[in-house]
Amino acid sequence: MISKKVANVQDALQGVSDNMTFMFGGFGLSGIPENAIAELVRLGVKGLKCISNNAGVDDFGLGLLLQGKQIDKMTSSYVGENDEFERQMLSGELEVELIPQGTLAERCRAAQSGFPAVYTPAGYGTEVAEGKETREFDGKMYVLEYAFKADFAFVKAWKGDEAGNLVFKGTARNFNPNMCGAAKITVAEVEELVPVGSLDPNQIHIPGIFVQRIFHGERYEKRIEQRTVRQRD
Amino acid sequence: MLDKNGIAKRIAKEVQDGYYVNLGIGIPTLVANYVRNDIEVEFQSENGVLGMGPFPFEGEEDADVINAGKQTITTLPGASFFDSSMSFSMIRGKHVDLTILGAMEVAENGDIANWKIPGKMVKGMGGAMDLVASAENIIVAMMHTNRAGASKLLKRCSLPLTGVGCVKKIVTNLAVLEITEQGFKLLERAPGVTVDQIKEATEGHLIVEGAIPEMQI
Repeated sequence: MISKKVANVQDALQGVSDNMTFMFGGFGLSGIPENAIAELVRLGVKGLKCISNNAGVDDFGLGLLLQGKQIDKMTSSYVGENDEFERQMLSGELEVELIPQGTLAERCRAAQSGFPAVYTPAGYGTEVAEGKETREFDGKMYVLEYAFKADFAFVKAWKGDEAGNLVFKGTARNFNPNMCGAAKITVAEVEELVPVGSLDPNQIHIPGIFVQRIFHGERYEKRIEQRTVRQRD
Repeated sequence: MLDKNGIAKRIAKEVQDGYYVNLGIGIPTLVANYVRNDIEVEFQSENGVLGMGPFPFEGEEDADVINAGKQTITTLPGASFFDSSMSFSMIRGKHVDLTILGAMEVAENGDIANWKIPGKMVKGMGGAMDLVASAENIIVAMMHTNRAGASKLLKRCSLPLTGVGCVKKIVTNLAVLEITEQGFKLLERAPGVTVDQIKEATEGHLIVEGAIPEMQI
């Protein structure tokens, strides 16, 4: 067994520095790497280029890095629900690249899988396709989208073991598996770090080969963005 | 004239037995409340769940189980979770049978705009561009006019496009319309709404052939 375990979040983030490109798993606030984000806030690294479906909310998730003006560029598909983000975007402090959600996922997966680029129908004929190569296949037009290049991918799983094998829970899975192995170094934080051998190999979502460092996240708030309930009869 | 729930009720009649359906945020989300319960339908949410159920009871919310609107949800027996790449494989790969989404503008050639108002609102397209670029069966749910009273059914969209030539059907508070090569073909009127009212509220080319029936809801 090749061990990927590191003692804590400080060790997991060894080597991060200003002006790097990071990937962050999560959809809204669900499945975000809370401990890695908190450590990046503490380290105060700046000039970051971040790839993440969303940009958090004002006081949580990537919103915490925005508050400290640590991010120079965001590549996302949806960025509502964040006033500070909007302010920085409109004032020009923050560069924003908005791309279709499926394209975001596939640019991660391409990087993970050794594809330099992929053709997608999403965005053809819109401003998203401006300046990009297009090509016709079987009478339909497609846009060429390049694999991401990133220094670190920060992902969050439910359970993991020392070998770096990961299991996700519910819709907190989202972009996390697609980002594993899509950056030079993948850092996985887990709610439960279980002994090697205790995870069923049939049930592993991401094999440890895609993960360089794994640690037990000490604190998870798991904030709910839209608490929606129904009444009992 | 219909309210938002009325629009959702009318669209629910388009949902057929055995359909996998993706519902957008807003009026489309309401459609799930009105689908007949004698047919089997599974709802997909692009953040990674198939087989969505109703909202949870208070105290049973799970931060790890949400829909694309970031609302807490439940799952039904037979549900599955998956990653974002697989979710969009379902969508781009045409495995989802019906997509219902909202719009700011629709043009008579089937173009749709629903993600950006330059200088005012830039929230992003989320999964909408993937959905409209691939789905064979797209229904738009929206009000016929905007808050200022201007038509949302146009000759050409004025806002940045989400997709080109992709919308097939539109259900508004006034009418059901189909996109044809010639323009918006009027299929049904909302209860109490006249053809003249619909003409008045439609900027794009409206085709009216014969007597137009009132919607049955």
